[in-house]
Amino acid sequence: MALAPLVEPADELTVDEVRRYSRHLIIPDVGMAGQKRLKNAKVLVIGAGGLGSPALLYLAAAGVGTLGIIDFDTVDESNLQRQVIHGQSDIGKSKALSAKESVAEINPYVNVVLHEERLDVDNVLQVFADYDLILDGTDNFATRYLVNDAAVILGKPYVWGSIYRFEGQVSVFWAQEGPQYRDLYPEPPPPGMVPSCAEGGVLGVLCASIGSVMVNEAIKLITGIGDPLIGRLLVFDALEMRWTELKIRRDPHGEPPTALLEDYEAFCGVLSDEAADAAADSTISVTTLSSWLKEREEGTRDFVLVDVREPNEYEINKIPGSVLIPKGEFLAGNALSQLPQDKQVVLQCKSGARSAEVLAILKSAGLEDSVHVGGGVVAWVNQIDPSQPSY
Amino acid sequence: MSVSVRIPTILRTYTKGDSEVTVEGDDVASVIDALEASYPGIKARVVDETGAIRRFVNVYVGTEDIRFAEGLGTTVPTGQQVSIIPAVAGGC
Repeated sequence: MALAPLVEPADELTVDEVRRYSRHLIIPDVGMAGQKRLKNAKVLVIGAGGLGSPALLYLAAAGVGTLGIIDFDTVDESNLQRQVIHGQSDIGKSKALSAKESVAEINPYVNVVLHEERLDVDNVLQVFADYDLILDGTDNFATRYLVNDAAVILGKPYVWGSIYRFEGQVSVFWAQEGPQYRDLYPEPPPPGMVPSCAEGGVLGVLCASIGSVMVNEAIKLITGIGDPLIGRLLVFDALEMRWTELKIRRDPHGEPPTALLEDYEAFCGVLSDEAADAAADSTISVTTLSSWLKEREEGTRDFVLVDVREPNEYEINKIPGSVLIPKGEFLAGNALSQLPQDKQVVLQCKSGARSAEVLAILKSAGLEDSVHVGGGVVAWVNQIDPSQPSY
Repeated sequence: MSVSVRIPTILRTYTKGDSEVTVEGDDVASVIDALEASYPGIKARVVDETGAIRRFVNVYVGTEDIRFAEGLGTTVPTGQQVSIIPAVAGGC
């Protein structure tokens, strides 16, 4: 069932705009009125990354009059496999600025508003206030819950999409008209339980599959056509090439948020309490590790360096002298027997989060002198061995 | 009764990559126990220490979330698929 259009139409389209949008204008459901609504619409895209890239490109081409872009990051070479709004010459540039330039090239009639800052509890309500609709393409649970709570408090609809490897999920949340994100997932997973794209990878083109559905829903909400994806979760499996539709209901036991939480990072837990405790006084730097490795070669120190990442990651880069035992082996209880009992254990992963989780397991198993490497192999490549690729 | 279960990407390490598996069961609880018997370790990713479905994982019978039916006691009618859908945050 279609809802009332979210946005009032602009007064008029210029002759240039009529020429540009003619393929929309001759669709009866869109027409002049629909295109004028798009022109008057203010849409905020959170994250000019994997989902934000196709979303911004198509929203701009469709003639959304005002596009807000919030991103504090800069373009990295490893983004270009999927973040198609950025190009080779944008490496090192602010993502928000790079996205703005691409939008201007696609459609000069779009007014772009940049928010080159991290979305947080202090700015979210103010940033959202100026927009009719929000697209959430962020990469972490803390921001996901922050976006939801702010949208519920302000009564605004938002289009939500998320991706991992070959799988995507997409829906529209609008507390006034249907369920909100907390009805679907009342609580975030504990840290370490669900890997991120940076840890687990994502098929680049999956961003387009999910991002295009997000834009499709945005256009329908703005112009008031079709059946919005409210109360429905679409799950996409790119390997099987199958979309599955599931129902989302309002949770009768759930209370919609009426105020923001004080700390979303703490709510989602960047590290579990056990890992944070274990790492507190047992973290060494890559510089320390480098000198420890030299001492090990010279025979003045003995330890085993264990990389707890996955085999695919180990193929990309590694710290020389490490052995690979993926984190899952520790969780399954299979790894402890593989460790020498008479040597100190030094753990390391990509950035230090997974190794901290494993550290907690080792300490509780009695390997009290174990340590982990802060910053992981990313820090090793940055500070010790820039000849290796990072990811 | 044979039940087809959809396995999400993050749990396919337990099913050797299979996205869909068939187990025996009449309700969701017996389906999850049957999954555990065939794929040890998978149950703990779906159910917490108290035996409740984890709050960031949804289990559907057909298109219906079991939280809004009979929970783990929800019966699985013949021909209906069970889907496990965990929260995913990636968008980068």
